Amino acid sequence: MPTAPDPVKRRGLAFKLSLMILTGTAFIFTVAFGYNYIYSRNQILRDVENNAQNLTLAAVGRIETVLQGAQKDPASLAHTLSGRKLDQETLLQRIDALLDNNPEIFGSAVAFEPYAFDPRTRAFAPYAFREGQSLKRISLGGNDYSYFFRDWYQVPKELERAVWSEPYFDEGAGNIMMSTYSVPFSQERGGTRVFTGIVTADISLDWLVDIVSRLSPYQSGFAFLISQSGVFVTHPDREWIMHESIFSVAEAANDPDLRGAGRAMILGEKGFVALRDHFAGQKAWMYYAPLPSVGWSIGVVFPEAALFAGLKDLNRVVLIIGTTGFAILFLIIVLISGTITRPLRTLAAEAMEIARGNLDIEVSDVTSRDEVGDLSRSFDNMKAALKEYIANLAETTAAKERYESELKIARTIQMSFLPKNFPPFPEYVEFDIYATLDPAKEVGGDLYDFFLLDDDHLFFSIGDVSGKGVPAALFMAAAKTLMKGTAGREMAPSEILSKVNHELCLENDSMMFVTVFCGILNFRTGEVRYSNAGHNPPLVLRPERPPEWLPLPEGFLLGAMEDSPYETRQILLAPGDTLLLYTDGVTEAMNGDKLFYEERRLVRVTEDHGQAPPEELIQEVLRSVRAFAGSEPQSDDITMLALAFRGRAENPS
Amino acid sequence: MHFFIVFYRGLCKKTPIYLHSPRRFGLFVRTLFTLCILAGLAIPQARGAEPRSFTFLPHWLPQAQFAGYYMAHEKGFYKKRDIDVSILRGGPGHPPSETIARGRVDFASTFLSSAIELRSRGVRLVNIGQVVQRSGFILVTKKTSGIKSPADLNGKKVGIWPEFRLQPQAFFRKYGVDVKPVHQGATMDLFLRGGVVAASAMWYNEYHTLLNSGLNEDELTPFFFDRHGLNFPEDGIYCLEETYRRNAKLCCGFVRASFEGWEYAFAHPEEALDVVMRYIRAANVGTNRVHQKWMLARMKDLIFPPGGDTVTGRLKREDYLRVAGEMERHGLIKEIPPYGEMYADCTGPR
Repeated sequence: MPTAPDPVKRRGLAFKLSLMILTGTAFIFTVAFGYNYIYSRNQILRDVENNAQNLTLAAVGRIETVLQGAQKDPASLAHTLSGRKLDQETLLQRIDALLDNNPEIFGSAVAFEPYAFDPRTRAFAPYAFREGQSLKRISLGGNDYSYFFRDWYQVPKELERAVWSEPYFDEGAGNIMMSTYSVPFSQERGGTRVFTGIVTADISLDWLVDIVSRLSPYQSGFAFLISQSGVFVTHPDREWIMHESIFSVAEAANDPDLRGAGRAMILGEKGFVALRDHFAGQKAWMYYAPLPSVGWSIGVVFPEAALFAGLKDLNRVVLIIGTTGFAILFLIIVLISGTITRPLRTLAAEAMEIARGNLDIEVSDVTSRDEVGDLSRSFDNMKAALKEYIANLAETTAAKERYESELKIARTIQMSFLPKNFPPFPEYVEFDIYATLDPAKEVGGDLYDFFLLDDDHLFFSIGDVSGKGVPAALFMAAAKTLMKGTAGREMAPSEILSKVNHELCLENDSMMFVTVFCGILNFRTGEVRYSNAGHNPPLVLRPERPPEWLPLPEGFLLGAMEDSPYETRQILLAPGDTLLLYTDGVTEAMNGDKLFYEERRLVRVTEDHGQAPPEELIQEVLRSVRAFAGSEPQSDDITMLALAFRGRAENPS
Repeated sequence: MHFFIVFYRGLCKKTPIYLHSPRRFGLFVRTLFTLCILAGLAIPQARGAEPRSFTFLPHWLPQAQFAGYYMAHEKGFYKKRDIDVSILRGGPGHPPSETIARGRVDFASTFLSSAIELRSRGVRLVNIGQVVQRSGFILVTKKTSGIKSPADLNGKKVGIWPEFRLQPQAFFRKYGVDVKPVHQGATMDLFLRGGVVAASAMWYNEYHTLLNSGLNEDELTPFFFDRHGLNFPEDGIYCLEETYRRNAKLCCGFVRASFEGWEYAFAHPEEALDVVMRYIRAANVGTNRVHQKWMLARMKDLIFPPGGDTVTGRLKREDYLRVAGEMERHGLIKEIPPYGEMYADCTGPR
């Protein structure tokens, strides 16, 4: 019987089912959740980028309008100065007019090359700027102030084009942030155009700072502006303004990505990039776009937490739904696997009960229409079949036992037919007779018999009925009875056989037959008359002589042919001679190698013990046969009869 | 050295300050001669008893270029030598040459070339410690301009600081190139916007400004003058001959304490930067820590000998003669002041 698996390692079907289904579900859920997250995230980033782009570009448009507006008049004045020289009066009027027409311009100057306006004056640069509601005019060129190497002058001069300066704080104008637009102009001198000076317009950047600071749509986000060299022009952290550049921040944080973004910004590119948390205090995204006129760049920073706040909420809900669903699924699986495994467990318990022999147990769940029901029904059928089989078996066994006991009785009856009291005739000393029938397991058909016909004659016989079982036993009984009834003092053995044969053949529908050897001993003389019906020849054992086979007349077995002729022969026994009769149960006894005992072994045994009394002789032969057969079961009756002649009283034994 | 007003691009039209850079202080020299005579007379009277309190004037606004002095003060290296030092705030309007010549400070730092010029004009300055051993002066070009060797500069516009034209001119002469010099102003904008092909720069200052304006190092080609046989050692410690004669021991104590301060600053850069930034904030200078960090690291390269970790601090005769000889050749000085008069060695056993 197989042992139950270790209960610790034993995993029920419900457990396995739950594990597999839940693992699969978790995997699918995770993939779906992950995809949803990534997709939503990218969608949000796209939306934010679009939104930022729209916002920023709108702001850029507004700023550009102002900046380009401020460029017009200085450019126009520079163009005028390129065409012709203006006298000082006109020049100052033009500067005033420029300021009057452009409220966004804080101050304006026209600066000339050394001695270019007036050959006696080295530096000539009239400058007008707003002070309150009125204009104030000063001259930039002084004895110890040389503007020639200022960036606002030198850069456009060397580049030969108009430029916006880097932003700067103007202390004179109340520390407001400014940028100067400078337009170079040249005049004809000696046939060639020679650089002559610069027209400038200073613009306050306060309005620009205001526009930029309102750009971020998120409370925690912000926008900033960097100049052409990356310096912060506006930033929520005032410490950074004009002190730090996007590159110094990148260097301090060792952030090459930020440096890359900064380079793209000052190159006038647009883009949307992720920022590490040092820049905005948390992870963030930045959209950037250039201010083309000035070459600066606006960056709008969106904190990731704010961007993905909605997504985070959504994720939380999805996660809760997922977890709840998971729990429900778990319960359902436990329930389902319970409905599957409970009947199975019941069935297993019932099967154990059946194995223990309880066939009367009711198999449950035979009404379900599923596989478990099928299994239950199969089990029920098996149980019924087993029960039926066992019932049959009991019946058969009972029948067999009855049959066997009947056989046993038959056997007993059969054996009781045979003379079994030895010595049978103690009053006669002239002969000694001993016989034995060692029955095989089944009922056999061997027989022996002897009885006195008168005071001088002893009839003895041995026979072997064909076949086995009750019919053989009955046939044997019939043959023996017939022989006893037929035998008489006056009759020759052949006559007895003929008569018995005749009788047996009369009603022998079952076609049974029997071999018989019979003889009549005159124990006064030692003369033996004998006849044979198909039986083995007996052995004649004489003192000092080797065993001999008794010569037998022809004679067919009894019960086969009605008119078989039989012949009687004679032999004279001397005192001390012994006749040994036997059936083929002796010579055809088999050993484990399926070899027969054979006549030669019988002869050898009788050689040694031929002069022993009959009982001893027979016991010796039996011992020899049994030794030969070993453990091989006996298949036929072993029957022997020994008759020793002693002679008259003068030779008492 | 100077110019940390990297981000201060003010036009200053309404406040026409004469000086926005000590580069300009060469311009002072012309007027200084007369002042020096006065100073020479004034000092002995101004100083009576043996002074134990000293003042030191760095030659520019607070920055990492002077970290060693700040640290010597901070860590008590001056006090240890019984010297009470006050570090004054340098910058435009406080040229060390003028201040020291007038006896307003005891010690000042300045460039060797500036000191030689002053000396040749009669200011009895002595070098008591040559802190910077290697010139940090470079010419820088963008790789995109195709300048690969000095010869490629021929005919190109090059930004030159007029008061520091000596080294570049020697450089151009050495390679036989004829450039178009453009007066370089206070910012690097002209170079950044392409107005000049090459610009003058201090390795520890303007060069980093370029990096912090978005240019990568691999996009720039720097020419180090000292690698072209034109090593003009810069920052040194100076005092008047008179001061040294009276207080040689304390002068050398000041120098050695300063050297110790430098060594401490290089060994503890973050601590030194904290102190430097404190000085910078007090002076409201527009710069940032990253820039100062770069400057401190480069000062280490220029002050320590290659592979070394101590301040040698000696003014080498060959360095002195190279600088003075080049100045003489350009007519900046009429004759070379004798090395032995100009230099007092304080680098003996400490």
